[in-house]
Amino acid sequence: MKTTNIMIVGVGGQGTLLASRLLGHIFPQMGYDVKISEVHGMSQRGGSVVTFVRYGSEVASPIIEKGEADYIIAFEKLEAARWLSYLKKDGKLISSSQQIDPMPVITGSCSYPQALEEKIAQSGVDEICLDVLSLANKAGSSKAVNVVLLGVFAKLTGISPDPFKEAIDVLVKEKFRNLNKVAFDLGYSAVF
Amino acid sequence: MKKLLLGNEAVARGLYEYGCRVVSSYPGTPSTEITEFAATYPEIYAEWAPNEKVAVETALGASFGGARAFSAMKHVGLNVAADPVFTASYTGVNAGLVIAVADDPGMHSSQNEQDSRNHAISSKIPMLEPSDSTECRDFVGIAYDISEKFDTPVFLRLSTRIAHSQSLVETGERREIPLRPVDKNPRKYVMTPANAIPKHITVEKRTEAVREWAESCAVNTVEENGSDIGVIASGTCYQYAKEALGKNASYLKLGMVNPLPVKLIENFCKNRKKVYVVEELDPVIETHCKSLGLDVTGKELFPLCGEITATMVKEKILGQTVDKGVSIPDLPVRPPVMCSGCPHRGMFYVLKKLGVFVNGDIGCYTLGAAAPLNAIDTTVCMGFSVSGLHGFLKANGETKKSVAVIGDSTFVHSGITGLINMAYNRSCGTVIVLDNSITGMTGHQQNPATGITLKGDMTTAVDLEALCKAVGINRVRVVDPQEIDTVENVIREELEADEPSVIIARRPCVMIKKAVINPPYRIDPEKCKKCKMCMKIGCPSLSIDPENGTVMVDSTLCVGCGLCKKLCKFGAISEN
Repeated sequence: MKTTNIMIVGVGGQGTLLASRLLGHIFPQMGYDVKISEVHGMSQRGGSVVTFVRYGSEVASPIIEKGEADYIIAFEKLEAARWLSYLKKDGKLISSSQQIDPMPVITGSCSYPQALEEKIAQSGVDEICLDVLSLANKAGSSKAVNVVLLGVFAKLTGISPDPFKEAIDVLVKEKFRNLNKVAFDLGYSAVF
Repeated sequence: MKKLLLGNEAVARGLYEYGCRVVSSYPGTPSTEITEFAATYPEIYAEWAPNEKVAVETALGASFGGARAFSAMKHVGLNVAADPVFTASYTGVNAGLVIAVADDPGMHSSQNEQDSRNHAISSKIPMLEPSDSTECRDFVGIAYDISEKFDTPVFLRLSTRIAHSQSLVETGERREIPLRPVDKNPRKYVMTPANAIPKHITVEKRTEAVREWAESCAVNTVEENGSDIGVIASGTCYQYAKEALGKNASYLKLGMVNPLPVKLIENFCKNRKKVYVVEELDPVIETHCKSLGLDVTGKELFPLCGEITATMVKEKILGQTVDKGVSIPDLPVRPPVMCSGCPHRGMFYVLKKLGVFVNGDIGCYTLGAAAPLNAIDTTVCMGFSVSGLHGFLKANGETKKSVAVIGDSTFVHSGITGLINMAYNRSCGTVIVLDNSITGMTGHQQNPATGITLKGDMTTAVDLEALCKAVGINRVRVVDPQEIDTVENVIREELEADEPSVIIARRPCVMIKKAVINPPYRIDPEKCKKCKMCMKIGCPSLSIDPENGTVMVDSTLCVGCGLCKKLCKFGAISEN
């Protein structure tokens, strides 16, 4: 089987690592070879972060490059735009509409780009953009955007929710499990 | 069942499975998690040492004491540890000693891009390089075998992409390796010239013996796909080449990068139309091949700087152009920033205001160099801030407007020796220790100043005030960096003093349990005069409302440190 490439992009501190851990739990159980690559250290301090998840019958490189991603799961609009060139021609972008100002915008040296969603749409990529933050808050915590997005991803890829719920049981602390499952369901039912 | 393990976690698993008993390391991205995971095994004694030199000496001592031992560090940490490493090559080991060194091609989180294979060559220590997590685990076992068979420490070289990538590993059981008896053997362990002179000859013979072993060892493998294109690679570059070329090339995968085999490489190159060496950073394998008179192609095509990619291999070797997707131009960058409520922020605000020349150091606080604080003027290596300040003032003693800033962990690592130099050689400089009670940047590790060990036990904590006084600094003051008016006054007073001084700015990192987290602050848009004074501190919780130009607080990020409130002259910012 050909390797499927998923990128998870966002801002350091948004919980992208939990999303990749959940995927990393699910794919080996489905019998796939999996490689995940993440960058630790300095960029986790509010910088632009990316995690690569690759699964298939045999995966060599842990890295996804420009024009290679089947899916990009973006936690933030500007980050969706930044990593857009990594998407395959027929790839799918799943994006949160959340806006987090980077430091150059905060300091006023430049402004947050206007009409990003339109620019992304004009680029011709297959995109779905949702108010994920509201769904996460509805589930009980703004930190649950990661699991809401995985709910959306599961629905779009046709992967059953069951392995995700099981992965939440294994990887999430007990007191947050229910919140995360609710968040997952909200994402799962937000798309058709 | 196979488990998905981070490369670093797999190295720790290897330490467990192959009977390691003692681990001593200093944190450094991308090596840190090895030691954190090793500490989770009750069978392994694991500790954070004050620096890499102490860590390697501890591990070497444990090897002399009969236990399989280990130390991990990042590439620049190996420079600190180089002194014991080079002579450990002469003494050899009793029980096996493995030293992991994690390089950072592309400098994801480092101040330089050095290639540790050069250290292996010059110290004449064998070096293995795994290419995925399974090999990370397996190569630990092989490294211990080599160490004990050839009486040498062995390096395990990782790179960011191996250390911080996860792949599947079939885990095994622990082999209990009994302690080796301790022998009193001064000819082996006492490196006076009389003993070291014959030892050097032993080391040279050993390198040739290991090279002979490398000709047919299991870690150096040929994958013959019947192609007249050959690729020689190791580590992550082997994976990139496989990804790019698949069965269109044959591969010589070198699991051992020092010493390099001769006959194996000559045979691989024989009858091939073209042989490429794909290696990141320095042309180590390529130079070796060329010294054998072999016609290989490497750095003519691949860069000396930064990482190699599979796309690059496709383009350079196959001449294929790769579709690189659509991009949206002119997007603002998103550099890393100090966290909301970071205790370093207030200090850098004051230092910028005072306009002093700031000698910086290695840690989260290096982010004080970025806009809008722009408050750091030098960053070199662990400890430079203190010794660099001393030299700066000796050159430029008339203008005393320079300070050093250094974190608690970095101060213990190698700031204290610089401070002794300042006291001894009559500096008049001011050293600011940013004591946030943790090693922050690498992900919150304990250190000798925190009072807690790696395993989580309570222990004695370095008394920084008493330490500074004991080395001869009479002026030692403690401030809360959040109290910016006090901080400013104290720095001004110490800059005026004609003797060396230390200011300890003490407040815990906001990311740790000890931190004080308050409810988010609020800005009254009626009172906000849009003067943007509060924006000068570069807090990620603050932004300008695009509608009306007033400042807003992101209540999901704000931890209520109150620094912005102190800067607002109009009383617009308040506790909720």
